[in-house]
Amino acid sequence: MSTGPGLESLVDQTISVITNDGRNIVGILKGFDQATNVILDESHERVYSTKVEQDATAPISRVELWKAGDKIKTGEYINKEAAELTSKIEGVQQLVLGLYIIRGDNISVVGELDEELDANLDLSKLRAHPLKPVIH
Amino acid sequence: MLFFSYFKELVGKEVIVELKNDLAISGVLHSVDQYLNIKLENTRVVDQDRYPHMMSVRNCFIRGSVVRYVQLPPDGVDIDILHDATRREARGV
Repeated sequence: MSTGPGLESLVDQTISVITNDGRNIVGILKGFDQATNVILDESHERVYSTKVEQDATAPISRVELWKAGDKIKTGEYINKEAAELTSKIEGVQQLVLGLYIIRGDNISVVGELDEELDANLDLSKLRAHPLKPVIH
Repeated sequence: MLFFSYFKELVGKEVIVELKNDLAISGVLHSVDQYLNIKLENTRVVDQDRYPHMMSVRNCFIRGSVVRYVQLPPDGVDIDILHDATRREARGV
C-alpha cells in the first residue's frame, strides 16, 4: 500500500512531534520508515510552562533557568521535579536537541508546522496543561 | 481490512479523533493506511486553551496506535451496508 498517509510530503519541512510521554519536539523531518520512526534535524524540545497564575510562585532567575534547562535535557530531573520547575518558569522554553531519532512506538502525532502561524505565536506568554501520557 | 475500507469511505468528511492521551483533534479526514494511521487537514485541538501545543499545526499525521475514538458525522455511516459487511466478514467470505 503505497498511498495513504505516509510522511513523504513532510520531508525537509518543519514538523512538530508529540510523543507518548507528552513531550513536544520540533525539527526538520529528514527521514522516516514504516513504523513511524523519525529522523529530525536541528530539533528542539518545547517545554511549556504550567504556571497557574502570575505571581503564584517566586520568579526564577535566568541562571537558574539555564541550569534547569540543562538538567531537564540530561534527564537529571525526574518527572515530579521537572513538573515543579515548569510551574515556575513562564512561557515556553526551547531546549536544543540537534539531530534526533524518535522511535515510532513513542510517537503520537506528527504535525506540519505552519511557519507563518508559528511566527505569530508569542511563546513567552504561552502556558499549557501538561499533556497526559498515552496509556494503551 | 474492513475498517480500513470503511475509513477510506470517510475521506473528505469532518471527524474528531480522540487520542489515548485525552487530546481531541478535529479536522477533515485526508487519508488512512493499513495501520489505521490517520491524516487530518485543517486541524484544531478541541480544548485549545488547555492544550495549545498544536496551535501552529494545520495538517497532521496521527499514529493509529494512539487513537481511542474517531467521532464520525451522522451522515457518514450507512448502517445497513456496515451490518452487511460485518456479517460477511464474520462468516469469513
